[in-house]
Amino acid sequence: MTAAATTTAVPARTYKAYGRPAWRRFLLTREMAIIALLVLVVVVSLAVVPHFDSPLTVTYLLRDIAPILLIALPMTLIIITEEIDLSVASIVGLSSVMTGLLTHGGWPFPLAALAAIVVGLIAGVFNGFLVTVVGLPSLAVTIGTLALYRGIAVGLLGTTAITDFPQDWTELAKANIPGTPVPAIMIPFVILAIIFAVLLHFTPFGRTLYAIGLNKEAAAFSGIDVGRTKFVLFTLSGTVAGFAGVYFTLLYSNARGDNATGMELQVIAAVLLGGVSIFGGRGALHGVIAGVLLIGVLGSSLRLAGITSDIINVITGVLLILSVVSASLLAWLQKRRSAAIGRKKGQAGVSSPSERATR
Amino acid sequence: MTAVATPPTAPAAGTSAASRIVKHIATARETGIVIALLLVILFATLRNPAFLFSSDGFRDLLLTPSLLLLVAVGQAIVIITRNVDLSVGSIVGLTAYLTGRLFIDVQGIPVIAVFAAGIVFGGILGVINGALVAFARVPALVITLGTMYIYRGINVAWTGSNRINASDLPADFRGLGTGQILFIPILTIIAVVVLVVAAWYLRNLRSGRELYAIGSDPAAAHLYGLNVTRRVIAAFVVSGALSGLAGVLFAARYGTVSSGAGLGWELQAIGAAVIGGVAISGGVGTVWGAAIGAYLLLTINRALPILGIDDFWQRAVVGVLILGAIVLDRVLAVRQHRRLIAQREQAR
Repeated sequence: MTAAATTTAVPARTYKAYGRPAWRRFLLTREMAIIALLVLVVVVSLAVVPHFDSPLTVTYLLRDIAPILLIALPMTLIIITEEIDLSVASIVGLSSVMTGLLTHGGWPFPLAALAAIVVGLIAGVFNGFLVTVVGLPSLAVTIGTLALYRGIAVGLLGTTAITDFPQDWTELAKANIPGTPVPAIMIPFVILAIIFAVLLHFTPFGRTLYAIGLNKEAAAFSGIDVGRTKFVLFTLSGTVAGFAGVYFTLLYSNARGDNATGMELQVIAAVLLGGVSIFGGRGALHGVIAGVLLIGVLGSSLRLAGITSDIINVITGVLLILSVVSASLLAWLQKRRSAAIGRKKGQAGVSSPSERATR
Repeated sequence: MTAVATPPTAPAAGTSAASRIVKHIATARETGIVIALLLVILFATLRNPAFLFSSDGFRDLLLTPSLLLLVAVGQAIVIITRNVDLSVGSIVGLTAYLTGRLFIDVQGIPVIAVFAAGIVFGGILGVINGALVAFARVPALVITLGTMYIYRGINVAWTGSNRINASDLPADFRGLGTGQILFIPILTIIAVVVLVVAAWYLRNLRSGRELYAIGSDPAAAHLYGLNVTRRVIAAFVVSGALSGLAGVLFAARYGTVSSGAGLGWELQAIGAAVIGGVAISGGVGTVWGAAIGAYLLLTINRALPILGIDDFWQRAVVGVLILGAIVLDRVLAVRQHRRLIAQREQAR
């Protein structure tokens, strides 16, 4: 994401942060701020918005944001390595069209779904190939493949839609976990989320992602195969988007070329809101999941309160900007404070480690 | 990617000015895309002469891409500073609706005032983008993703289910959208004038060159003493103002404006710039390239059905073009890199 960097990077994490006690390091983070905001919104909605606590609200909310939740997992990993994947929504559309065409062509549904996921995987491999082997910036590559995959999806199916799918499967997509208002899709999501969280936060592989995002030259010199790592991430992203495409198709019983248009920006907005730095090297999955849920809950409760969806867009935008601007404001305040402390001690010329990291 | 910056190839002794110009044109990054554009027009015209030779065909060829051209020029300037502006489509939509509202709500408002209002309004939206990006030191992708949602949301809330109809607009304003001078549509003339001014500014003025310096290496530009903050804000203001102008012209050209006006233009404008050789990593490219890219994108759109391909495939073709353009840039950059190394070895 070097492309969008304006000037010097916002300091990711300074040495000072590691000197704090563990509980402060855990509680005073952007992730916790988002989670707190999410809790606040849920509590206020429960108190104020009628029908917000009905099981149906929960079901619909989780169903609708499930594709975003799924795609946000690999997207988090990609953005941590300072890349981006804008083509995910187009892959959802393409996979949806493949599901429809193959089912319509007489394939048994599980086979058609598998093929659609494989199509997503291939799309991800192509992204990864262009980014790592050819060595192109991922922003440009995925703007191109965004148009390409969407174009293939629309080209294959035109403006028609395929709407007949085996009822067993569409019901499965809409089913809840027995006895709860929670959709069954949350089971694969939770499994995936655990896998991704373990991968990112508790394995050497996860640490290499942060290392690449912070400084890819240094990472390469310390023996990390940067290209292969990114290739794996783009492949994962495509595959998960393919799976989300199958789910999307079943949920709405509808395979169309323009399914999920614009979802890439929703996913990216949620990931950034969740505290992942677009400069790479910073972010955590619990923040991202809270970010997706925050946008979802906010939207759902505002809709129930009778506020139209365009205002929800405005709020999403404001939240996104506030979250990134507040981060750099905090960094700036901290810098000023440490500079002031430095002056008080009569060592005006010496800058603190955090200040040096900023400059 | 910085290596592709139209190399001021040191002329070997004895080459004349004319041969230098020929060489420059032959190696310019924009030449390839001009040829692609001409080929598309040629094949479409061979297939159906009306594509170029009917008066409607000729007019459409010039007119349809003119609006996108304005947005793409602004986008190119922003991308050259190593930023990106995702909010342009929303700005087009907002100003297009503002244009209609002004004509409805202010009886007898002069057309020129509406133009000024659109440009200033777009510029103000650009200032917001630029200030947030430059002062908060946050990547433009994030900021303009946010303002894209905000501006579009405001637009939808303001428009509601209303729409501007052609009958709401005065005849002389509508005339701008359809009128022509010497067979050339007025909107195209406006777009080309803007293009020439922008190209001249970027090429010749110090502040224009500084945009390239900033895009090549923001940190170095800052250390060198360039006012990065001010230049970046200025680039966003230009992008916003040009999108505002495009919004006013949108109303003139189409007559009807709903809340969906300009939807998706941000990706078309970025696509046009990238196809035209403006490197997404900043510091490289010209507004000429972006303008031709805009023409190529929309001309292909019209040519596909004539060439016997469903226009459903248009986006796929556009995707292939964007990918082709960035791969080509990469190949050129690698070649340039090798050539420079070879020269260094020889010089030893």
